[in-house]
Amino acid sequence: MDWLHFALFTLIVFVFVITGVLFFIWYERRGLGRFQLRPGPNRAGPFGLLQPLADAVKVLLKEDIVPALADKPVHFLAPMVAFVPALAVFAVVPFGDGAMLADLNIGILYIMAVSSIVVIGIFMAGWSSSNKYSLLGAMRTIAQEVSYEIPLVLSILGTVMLAGSLSLNDIVKAQQVPFILIQPLGFLIYMTAAMAEINRTPFDLLEADSEIIAGFQTEYSGMKFGLFYLTEYAETLSVSAVASTLFLGGWAGPILPGFIWLIIKIVAVFSFIMWVRATFPRLRIDQVMAFCWKFLLPLSVANLLITAGLVLTGFNEQIWLAVPLNLGLAAVLVVLASRQFRTGGGHAVT
Amino acid sequence: MPSLNNFGEGLLRGLKVTLNHIGRKWITVQYPEQRLNMSRRIRGTDIIWDRESCISCRACERACPVQCISMAVSRGEDKKLKTDDITVDLGLCIFCGLCIESCPTGISIYLGYNYTNTTHRCSTFSGAKTGNTPSDGRCREIVRSNDELLVDDAARPRSGYYRPEISSALPPQTLLIDQTTYLEDLRKRGLK
Repeated sequence: MDWLHFALFTLIVFVFVITGVLFFIWYERRGLGRFQLRPGPNRAGPFGLLQPLADAVKVLLKEDIVPALADKPVHFLAPMVAFVPALAVFAVVPFGDGAMLADLNIGILYIMAVSSIVVIGIFMAGWSSSNKYSLLGAMRTIAQEVSYEIPLVLSILGTVMLAGSLSLNDIVKAQQVPFILIQPLGFLIYMTAAMAEINRTPFDLLEADSEIIAGFQTEYSGMKFGLFYLTEYAETLSVSAVASTLFLGGWAGPILPGFIWLIIKIVAVFSFIMWVRATFPRLRIDQVMAFCWKFLLPLSVANLLITAGLVLTGFNEQIWLAVPLNLGLAAVLVVLASRQFRTGGGHAVT
Repeated sequence: MPSLNNFGEGLLRGLKVTLNHIGRKWITVQYPEQRLNMSRRIRGTDIIWDRESCISCRACERACPVQCISMAVSRGEDKKLKTDDITVDLGLCIFCGLCIESCPTGISIYLGYNYTNTTHRCSTFSGAKTGNTPSDGRCREIVRSNDELLVDDAARPRSGYYRPEISSALPPQTLLIDQTTYLEDLRKRGLK
């Protein structure tokens, strides 16, 4: 019956990602509209619900332009290399107790490994377009995503230590209270690093419209551009799903079935990401890098050490003591690290 | 807290500001359904002609710097001039208002209050006797003649340009800055 399980869950994952992405596109455009005192798309269908479909049709009908000097096979492959990993992450996300495509015992490692491949797709796009803007955007992405991978992994390790397993299902089961309460600092670091990892505002340097047109997407049109657009939201969906699984208790929740809880949590995390996008301006590349190496990295190492100590002493077993202690520690650490944080490098910056 | 002003307090404050914006009413104008009122003295993209008061003196035709008005007049049995044919090419018209200022009766020709002439169909003017789509199939939406030039309070209202008595009857101008009038208008249309 293995093949049936795989066929069924592949279908479920695929449908989930596609509908999720379409919903997110609509939700974000409407939501950003509300943040900016305008209604957002409201022409296609009730509340503009059909807007993503209208966009998809538009993108499908567009001419697919390939620059004359482009590296054509790479240019052709890049959107797929970027999109498939974003989809593949969902193979290990549990929708219920054990309801997942593959319950890998190295689930987190798999997620980190697979989601890193997106960077290669983006770099392929930037390099093969033979366009300066594309290349600049791609170079920024490489610098940014390779750096942010480190605090991202270190912040996830805290939950892994608490749960004692790399499997996402086991991590969900290990959460008597959502890990956001025991790992508040880890959650903050994860969200920040993940937003940089998926190039959301305020870290959307790779497609900074005002500087480099559309970054790596500049030379893309038609369905290839559509795939990059899908990738962006599929990545956001995967980050929301991983965050809700690791820190918010995943499918665990009273009364409602597991997958409903997962969807509720994913939408909540996505709303937060959207809220951040509506608020903050884009950072400069040196600010982004300094923030990663001088702020997030020390904090995540400190978080890792403290969590290790608390796990060793068995302190995290006493939840009602561990929650206030960890919240307090997180606040103190953030304030201390913020006091020390300065952008700028070898020369004095006032 | 001056000693603790470097721990991301600004970020939190920014988040609070955007959060406060969610519940507010949007301020953009949903154009085809809602329109802001123009200036009462707008030089809209219409020329409106009044057949009853027109004395067929052709002053407007002579005043027009681009010769977009053409009239054919004749004397009727009562020795009075009457207009047989009047045509205004709105594609030529520069909306300078000289025809309105030159009119000796003062009530026979007006600029329109509308500022958009776009339509979904080639011809929508119900009062047109000649029809806007002639046999050659060329769209004559921007050339109006005879009854098409008459006032239609719903579709082609008169502008108050050079006509203060019309001006006072028109709705006051609404700009986005003028929030009170705008919100009143929204309430009137049942959108608020």
